Amino acid sequence: MKTTITVNGTARTLDVDSRTTLLDALREHIGLIGSKKGCDHGQCGACTVLVNGARINSCLSLLAMHDGDQVTTIEGLGTAENLHPVQQAFLENDAFQCGYCTPGQICSAVGMLQEAADGWPSQVMEDVAAMVDLSEAEIRERMSGNICRCSAYPQIVAAIRSVAGDAA
Amino acid sequence: MSSVKDWAAPNPITENRGGLIGKGVERYEGRLKVTGSAPYAYEVEAPSRPAIGYMATASIAKGRITRIDTTAAEASPGVLLVWTHLNVPAQAPRGTRANPRSQRPSNPALAGDRIENFGQTVAFVVADTFENARAAANLIEIEYAAEQGVVDFVASFDQADQPPGEEDVHIGDFPAAFAAAPVTVDETYESPVQNHVQMEPCATTAWWDGDKVTVHTSIQMVKGGQHALAETLAIPSDHVHLLTRYIGGGFGGKGQAYDDLILSALAARALGQPVKLAYTRQQMFHGTIHRPAVSMRVRLGAQPDGRLTAFAVEAITHCARNAIFTEHAANFSRNLYAAPNRLTGHRLVKMDLPGAGPMRAPGEAPGMLSLECAMDELAEKLGLDPIELRIRNEPDVDPETGKPFSVRQLVQCMRDGATRFGWERRNPKPGQVRDGRWLVGMGMAAAIRGNFLLPAKAGVRIDADGTITLRQGMTDIGTGTYTILAQITAETMGVPMEQVKVEMGDSNFPPAPGSGGQFGAATAGSAAYEAGMNLRKALTALAVGDPNSPLYGGPAEYVTFENGNIAIENRSETLAALVARAAPDGVYVEGSISPAADARDYSQHTYGAHFAEVGVDTVTGEVRMRKMFGVFAAGRILNAKTARSQITGGMIWGVGTALTESNVVDARYGSFINQDMAGYLVPAHADIVDLDAIFLDEADDKANPMGIKGVGELGICGAGAAVANAIYNATGVRLRDYPMTPEKVLEGMLAVGL
Ligand code: FES
Ligand code: FES
Repeated sequence: MKTTITVNGTARTLDVDSRTTLLDALREHIGLIGSKKGCDHGQCGACTVLVNGARINSCLSLLAMHDGDQVTTIEGLGTAENLHPVQQAFLENDAFQCGYCTPGQICSAVGMLQEAADGWPSQVMEDVAAMVDLSEAEIRERMSGNICRCSAYPQIVAAIRSVAGDAA
Repeated sequence: MSSVKDWAAPNPITENRGGLIGKGVERYEGRLKVTGSAPYAYEVEAPSRPAIGYMATASIAKGRITRIDTTAAEASPGVLLVWTHLNVPAQAPRGTRANPRSQRPSNPALAGDRIENFGQTVAFVVADTFENARAAANLIEIEYAAEQGVVDFVASFDQADQPPGEEDVHIGDFPAAFAAAPVTVDETYESPVQNHVQMEPCATTAWWDGDKVTVHTSIQMVKGGQHALAETLAIPSDHVHLLTRYIGGGFGGKGQAYDDLILSALAARALGQPVKLAYTRQQMFHGTIHRPAVSMRVRLGAQPDGRLTAFAVEAITHCARNAIFTEHAANFSRNLYAAPNRLTGHRLVKMDLPGAGPMRAPGEAPGMLSLECAMDELAEKLGLDPIELRIRNEPDVDPETGKPFSVRQLVQCMRDGATRFGWERRNPKPGQVRDGRWLVGMGMAAAIRGNFLLPAKAGVRIDADGTITLRQGMTDIGTGTYTILAQITAETMGVPMEQVKVEMGDSNFPPAPGSGGQFGAATAGSAAYEAGMNLRKALTALAVGDPNSPLYGGPAEYVTFENGNIAIENRSETLAALVARAAPDGVYVEGSISPAADARDYSQHTYGAHFAEVGVDTVTGEVRMRKMFGVFAAGRILNAKTARSQITGGMIWGVGTALTESNVVDARYGSFINQDMAGYLVPAHADIVDLDAIFLDEADDKANPMGIKGVGELGICGAGAAVANAIYNATGVRLRDYPMTPEKVLEGMLAVGL
C-alpha cells in the first residue's frame, strides 16, 4: 500500500507491504540505517525517531499509520561536519561505546528537551505544575525508555545536562 | 614464550612527548556513531539488494523432530527458499577442523533431527522482504518426540563432575585449619543465568563472488569467525573474507560464530544473491550463549586479629552437554588474599540448556559475588572494618604460586576509595540509618581481574602525503579500540592524531586475537606499537641513507620523531616530505607481539575497590542506588575518557547483577521464561545515580612494552558484592541469592521484624 511521509525534509511515497514498521521502512526501504533495531518490541528505544517533533519507538508503529507525517531521524539532526548540539555533547562526554543505542538516545534526548521546554511533567517532579528543571534525576527519569547496555548512562546524562544548561 | 625483553626501557609511549597517551581524546569513530552513519553488519551496502532470512526455532529442550512440513511456507508470497535438516546444503560435521591451524572448528546449522536445546534453529526461510520471510517461517509445522532433559541446575548438583582436565588446588591442610579456626564463615551464594543483551542482535550480510564469500558479521574474533565459516562450508579459509567494522556490543557473547553467519553464507551461495539475517531479540536469549548460574560455597577461617588461616572457595556451575565450558568462578580467589591453608576448585553439571559461555569477566564476575560478601560477613564477626580485614590479609607474593606481583595497588585503591567516597560515614552496625521510609547503607568490595597478553600482529603504512594507516584484524566492540590504536600510532610516530587512520575488522589484515578477556588493548595495542617502532626504523634508514635528506649520514641513533617531523637535533624534515621524495609509493611494515617470560614469572592483575550506597524501601523492598564510586589500578591508562567509560559501564553491570538480572528457567521446556528486554531487566537510566570511577597512576613494565593493562572487565568484578554488602548494612538482612529483588529483600526484612 502507498504511504507518503516526509523524512528529514524530503517527501517520499512508499508502496510497501502493509506489515512494514516505520523502522523497517526507514532502514530497509529508504536506506536510512541510523535508526537501530535492538528489540523490535518497544523495549529498548534504539529505534527512537521524532514524528511531528515527538519521540516515538518506530518499531512499534506501522509505516501505514504515518501518511502525511513529518519524520526526523538521526540523519536529519546533523552531519559529521555539522553536528547537532546534542550529537556534539555526546561526542565530548563519551556518551556512547558501541554506538548502537546512540541514535535512539540522541533522538530521544532532542525530543525530551522539547517536552521539558513545553512544560510536560514527569513522575519525579514534586510539583507537576512547576517549570521543569532538568536536574540529573529529571533527565534520568525522562530518558529511561532508552536502554544502553554498554551502560554509558553517567556520560549520557552529563551530555544532555550540558545541552540543557546551554539552552537555559 | 619469547625470551626476556627489556620492556622497562624508555620508549615513545612511556616518554609521551606528544602527550597523546592518557589524553581523553574523543572516539576515533565517534562522529560516525553520533550521526548514525556507521554501518553495522546488517546495514552494509551489498552489491545488490539482499534477500532476507528468518529462522524458526525449536520449542523443546531435548528430543527429535518427527515431522516437519514446509509446504505452506514454500507457497507463501516472496519466499525464495525454505531449509530444514532434510534439505540444507551439505556442511562439515560439527567439530571438524580440516585445516589444523583453524582457530575454530565447523559448526553446521540445521545439522540433523536431534534437538539439543530450546531455541535451536530448526528451519530457515529466505524471502524478498523481512515481512514475507517472517510470515512464511511461522507457517512451518513441526512435531517433536520430546525427551526428558536436565534443565534444573539446583536439582542436578548430584550430577556435577570435575571439569575435564582440571584438579582442585590444595595448599596446606584446609580441613584441619578450618576446624581449628576460632572465627569462621561457611556460606553458599547463588547467582543465576545471565544474558549479555548486547544492544545489536547478531547479524550477517553475505554475498559470493565465484567461489569466494564476503561476510559482514557482528563478531568479536575476526579469525575465529573466518575459520568457523570456512570449516563449516569445507572451503579454504582464504575463500572467506570476513569483515566486522562496527559491532553493537559483544561482552563475550559474540566471541563465536552463530547460525546467522553460516545460513546467510549458504543461502547467498544457493540463491546467487546477497542474503542477510539477524537474530530477533527473543532468539538471542536461546540461540546464543549465556553466563551460567553458579553456586559458590565459601569457607573462611580466621584468627581473632583477622588473619585468614583457612580459605576455601568451591564453585558448581553448568554448561551445555555438547559445548563444554567452565565458568571458572573460583580462579580469582587464588590470587586475592593470603592464607596458608587453601582449597579451590570447580564442578560442572552438563545440562540440556542452550550453550553457556563467556560473559564480561567470566569467572570473576559471578565468583566475586560470593567471596566479597563472605569477607564482609567475616569482618562483622571479627568486629573489624571490611577494609581493615582485607588489608590484614594482603599477601606479599601471589598466595598460590609464590610468584611476585608485577604491581599491586589493591590496598591503595581501598584507601583512596574510602576517603573519596566518605566511607567514614558508614555506621558499622546494620539497619541504623533511616531516611523517611528508606533504610540507608554502605558496602564495599575489592576487585581483581587477570591481565593477559596474546600473540598479535599489526601492519602500518605511511603514504607520500604523510598519512599513516594502521591495519589490524582487530575489533572494537565499543571498548575504544579504534581510538587507542590511533593514539598509540600517533604517539609512536610523533604525529598529530589527524595524520593517522585506523582500519580494523577485516580478515585480510594482520591478525589480532580480537576483543575478549580484557586482553584487547594490551594485545592489539602492543602489536600496533611494535609496528610503529618498525616503521620508525624503516624511516630512519630511509632518511640517513638519502643524500637529499637533511638527516643524511645520521647518526641514526639520534633520530627523533616529533610534531610530524623526523629530526636529528636541528636537522629535520616532515615525514611527508621524506616519504614523498624517497619512497613515493609509501612504506609498509608489520610488527608483532607475543608474551614474554615476564608473563610467566610474575603474577599480573588489575585491581580496584568498589563503594556503594543504597536506599532500601522498607515498604516495598526495592533497592535504589544512591551513590557508587570505584578506584582502579590497571597499568598506564591510554585514554582517560574511554577507560573511565569502560569501567563505569562494568560497574553498572554489577548493579544489574546485584539487583535485577536473571534468566529464569522454565523447567517444562528448558527455556528462559524472560526472553526479552521487558522481562530480562538490565539497568536503565533511572537506576544509576551518582556513579563514578578514577584510576590510580600506574605502569606495569612486566605486562608489555607500554606498561598498559585491560580495563574492559575490571569494573564488573566485585561491583555486585559491594551493592549486596550495602543492602546488608542498610537492613541487617544478609541475602546470598542474586539478584536481590524486592520480593527477596522484603521477605528478608519481614523475617528480621522490619
Ligand atoms: S527496536 Fe524499537 S524499542 Fe527496541
Ligand atoms: S553505546 Fe552500546 S548500547 Fe549504548
